[in-house]
Amino acid sequence: MANSARRDSPELPDFSLLKRLARDQLIYLLEQLPGKKDLFIEADLMSPLDRIANVSTLKQHEVDKLYKVEYKPVVSTSDQLCFLIRPRIQTVKWICDVANADKAAGKFRRYKIIFTPQKFYACEAVLEEQGMFGDVTTDEWAFYLLPLDDDIISLELPEFFRDNFLAGDQRWMRTAGSALHLLHSLYGPFSKVYGIGRYSKMAYESWREQVEQGEQRARQAEIGNVFLIDRDVDFVTPLCSQVVYEGLVDDIFRIKCGCVEFSPDVTASDKSVKVMLNSQDKVFNEIRNEHFSNVFGFLSQKARNLQTAYDKRRGMDIKQMKTFVSEELKGLKQEHRLLSLHIGASESIMKKKTKQDFQELLKTEHSLLEGFEIRECISYIEEHISRQVSMIESLRLLCLLSITENGELSFSYGVDHLLTFSNLRQLGLLVEQQPGETLTVMESRVGKLVNDKTAGKLTDAFSSLAKKSNFRALSRKLNLVPKSDEEYDLRVPRDMAYIFSGAYVPLSCKLIEQVLERDGWTGLEEVTRLLNGNEFAVTGQITSINGAKNDAQRIILVMFLGGCTFSEISALRFLGREKGYKFIVVTTAITNSSRLIESLLDNHV
Amino acid sequence: MTKSKADEEDYWNSSKFKAFTFDDEDDELIRLKESRQAVNSIQRLVEEDDDEDDVEKVSWSGEPVGSISWSVKETAASNQRTDREPAFPKIPTDTPSLSKSQSGYSLSSLFKGKTKGGNFQSFTDTLSDSSIRLYAPELRKPKSEYKDYVSDWSPEETIQRLQQGKTAPLEKFRSLQDKLLLLDFAVSAHDGNVITAVLIYLKRTLSKEVLFRELESRQTALRHFIHYLTETKDQRLLLELLRALGRTEDVALLQYKEHLSIADENKRRDFLKSCLSLPFSAEDSAHVQDHYTLLERQIIIEATDRQAERGGKVEIFQKFPRRASILNMPLITTLYYCCFYHYSEPEGTYSSPLNIRQAFKISEKQYFVTALAARAKLKAWLDVDALFTSRNWLGFTRKKSPLSFQRVVDVLQKNSAPTQVLQDYVGLVEDPDMRISLAQKHKCHDIVINTYRDMKDRQQLLGYRGKVGRGSAEERKIDELLNNQQIRWKN
Repeated sequence: MANSARRDSPELPDFSLLKRLARDQLIYLLEQLPGKKDLFIEADLMSPLDRIANVSTLKQHEVDKLYKVEYKPVVSTSDQLCFLIRPRIQTVKWICDVANADKAAGKFRRYKIIFTPQKFYACEAVLEEQGMFGDVTTDEWAFYLLPLDDDIISLELPEFFRDNFLAGDQRWMRTAGSALHLLHSLYGPFSKVYGIGRYSKMAYESWREQVEQGEQRARQAEIGNVFLIDRDVDFVTPLCSQVVYEGLVDDIFRIKCGCVEFSPDVTASDKSVKVMLNSQDKVFNEIRNEHFSNVFGFLSQKARNLQTAYDKRRGMDIKQMKTFVSEELKGLKQEHRLLSLHIGASESIMKKKTKQDFQELLKTEHSLLEGFEIRECISYIEEHISRQVSMIESLRLLCLLSITENGELSFSYGVDHLLTFSNLRQLGLLVEQQPGETLTVMESRVGKLVNDKTAGKLTDAFSSLAKKSNFRALSRKLNLVPKSDEEYDLRVPRDMAYIFSGAYVPLSCKLIEQVLERDGWTGLEEVTRLLNGNEFAVTGQITSINGAKNDAQRIILVMFLGGCTFSEISALRFLGREKGYKFIVVTTAITNSSRLIESLLDNHV
Repeated sequence: MTKSKADEEDYWNSSKFKAFTFDDEDDELIRLKESRQAVNSIQRLVEEDDDEDDVEKVSWSGEPVGSISWSVKETAASNQRTDREPAFPKIPTDTPSLSKSQSGYSLSSLFKGKTKGGNFQSFTDTLSDSSIRLYAPELRKPKSEYKDYVSDWSPEETIQRLQQGKTAPLEKFRSLQDKLLLLDFAVSAHDGNVITAVLIYLKRTLSKEVLFRELESRQTALRHFIHYLTETKDQRLLLELLRALGRTEDVALLQYKEHLSIADENKRRDFLKSCLSLPFSAEDSAHVQDHYTLLERQIIIEATDRQAERGGKVEIFQKFPRRASILNMPLITTLYYCCFYHYSEPEGTYSSPLNIRQAFKISEKQYFVTALAARAKLKAWLDVDALFTSRNWLGFTRKKSPLSFQRVVDVLQKNSAPTQVLQDYVGLVEDPDMRISLAQKHKCHDIVINTYRDMKDRQQLLGYRGKVGRGSAEERKIDELLNNQQIRWKN
């Protein structure tokens, strides 16, 4: 597929600048704190930090020891403690406990909190209430954007989803606006911004205000257009099983901050290996967007080529051998390692998927997407629940059922308990059940198909999150489910549906395609009505047109508020190749079905 | 949804979805294995002169030495010893008087001159140069705060400043009208951080009654407030708020949730009992009742079984020691446990599976799956057989299952049932294609052969001949069939 790219695709901007900026700012902040200090880092900041700096950077700025924030008493002997954290009340409370304990013990230390990407008043209020305001000083590290790859930038804020969509807390809206503002001032000016969703609108507004308040330097635009989209515009796509290689690897091994840990059964050795998965990995780069069924063929071809390359050295004389070793061997060896890892991963995926009747699962999903034989789907899900296969998976299927059927189910099949839309409650309370609890309840009523509280509520939560999701009507309007009587050759994909085996074009990506094609929402009135509105298309000031600018017009930044999946990124890459665009995906976090469901389940007692 | 069954089968059999199957182990996996072998064969060469470090740096981040995560782990490891030692706080010997007056450290009090002279003196003496430098920027703060105070910002300007992360005094907004204006501007700015900031101020300066009343008509602000109270774990105020809003079911749920923090099972049971009278919805009420009944039962079963296990007289506990206590386990796990350890008990006991099934109205299918899994795990094939066997009115036995037989085979196979057991159930799979593929997978040759015969598929049968052992009984059977003139083959 990589070869079918349109020759005239524009070059992507260089995002390593973002890393440099973040690193420089961190160094500046550390320099504001002279003398030796111990640095406490919040667990989920460690990987992002690793991507932009290393220990020697920190040591150069007098960081003595590094600790992970673990909510335990500290053992540090340093007289200066610095905390690099997300603005979370719980963490600030812990820091106050640390400081108060020192105070009680008569220990004198200095404390500094560096909040990233910004501080919240609620956190400062904690400092004040705990009598620590002033004793603990604070700063902000505006580390908004982490480039995960040439075309993926993440805010690394998975909590954005829950905070916004479930709790209705808009604390990250300014952050989203600032992230956009940063991109705009480095790679803009943008000429057009399209969007759909409540929070997209808010992020747009916040960005616009910041542009107005700041000064605008005239510069050559590298990114011309922007598309903002709320995750709740399309919940169906992230709930589907992923079958494109990168998505599948994420579903099974969990890619964290662009890095995956392959267990010994993949590496065929006694230790697990952490691997960066990005375009630098030549093997991965060629298979990441492929449907899993094409991956084997590719890998075996690669293995054969590699063998031929190695075989070349037979019959070489000393001189030739020398050239071979100095010029080719290193590259071959690296390729060899990559190849054997991806083969190992593919084997492991096959084994796991064969074990859990993946084929049947996919059938059910496809049925749900197409909207027929729902009764069969329900009995499959019911069975899935009663066999206790996996709670997350069961809930995922239930949510998919609930959204795709959107209540039609309740009167046609009489399982009114499942989808009681009228009985919606405050979402924040609905889902705060312990996973074990959910299971208990779910199973106890399985005869009547999960008419229980928690599972019912989760689906309620989803349905209400998605408002009336109107999936069926949207699917018809936008032609999301291709006709099933045509053969779909996954090797030569004809549309974005290939990422779901030809069964479904992701709604989110289809919207982007349509809006770009129409240069706005004209003609999509019915679609936006079904999506509960909140669409917009705005044009900035028109500047002179030249060749370079035309290139920028074909670079489109898509920002997902609430997370996006690797499958969606693959679909956009495909669309880009077809239409001569380049997409840059900015997301609050990379998500998938398990992360989505878990974020709704997780329970803090 | 209106498509007929035939259409549906057509659909699944269409080439579109046959393009690739995960069930199809053979071809793809073999190809993979070949690739693996090819790659492995090169292994030796690679190991010959492996300058791994070089390669690692280029593209591996297996937490290379020097990475931050690596370093944090190192500190953790080096601290392990000190971790275990009781951490005695260091007592400053040179400035003993200081430790008593903590407020002396705060610079604002230095400014206001509140610190007692003596302490102040010794304090500054101990300060090193660097710490003075550190405090220097703080010196400017009171001045700027003073400036903030005199500036007279409107509610709108105040919100704008807060949005930009600047300070803005809220204390001057004292009338209810001003406070609400502030809140409304914050909400319309769509900045949750600022909305919460204003709410914290309102919480401090308004009575609960007034605050709750005003929040009721401001949904966005209300949700922020609920989230704030949840995060600060201000359970009492949250309950009061929900009560004031008349959300009694949420109040009940929130109270019920407290059971999670009760570790002792008896106390937890009693707490759950006290929850029964809370104003839940009908559905939730039934759930809480079940939860209570289940825990009560688990406590009884646990006490009995623990004793039986310790006594060492009950065989099943000796053969299969319990891996964990049954307390607080989900219902189905409890049922599974009882199917495992108490299968044949009379229906009257608390631990009898049938009793549990009845008490919690467990569906036939659910009961069946659980019992099947438990008995298969014990390899009690006779029990498994009995589960399926029913007699009709003529007294003939036949096998019936609320679960598809395909699924049954799956469960049995996962518990490594012998082929003789498996083939009984494979033969009962209704769909011929599915039956064949299962039979092939589990090497039930007879079933494959008979099914091809019934389908009159000569070609397939011929093909299968190559897969059975040469000179085996199966091969002979196939040959017999192929030579049978009476069968009208379809191909």
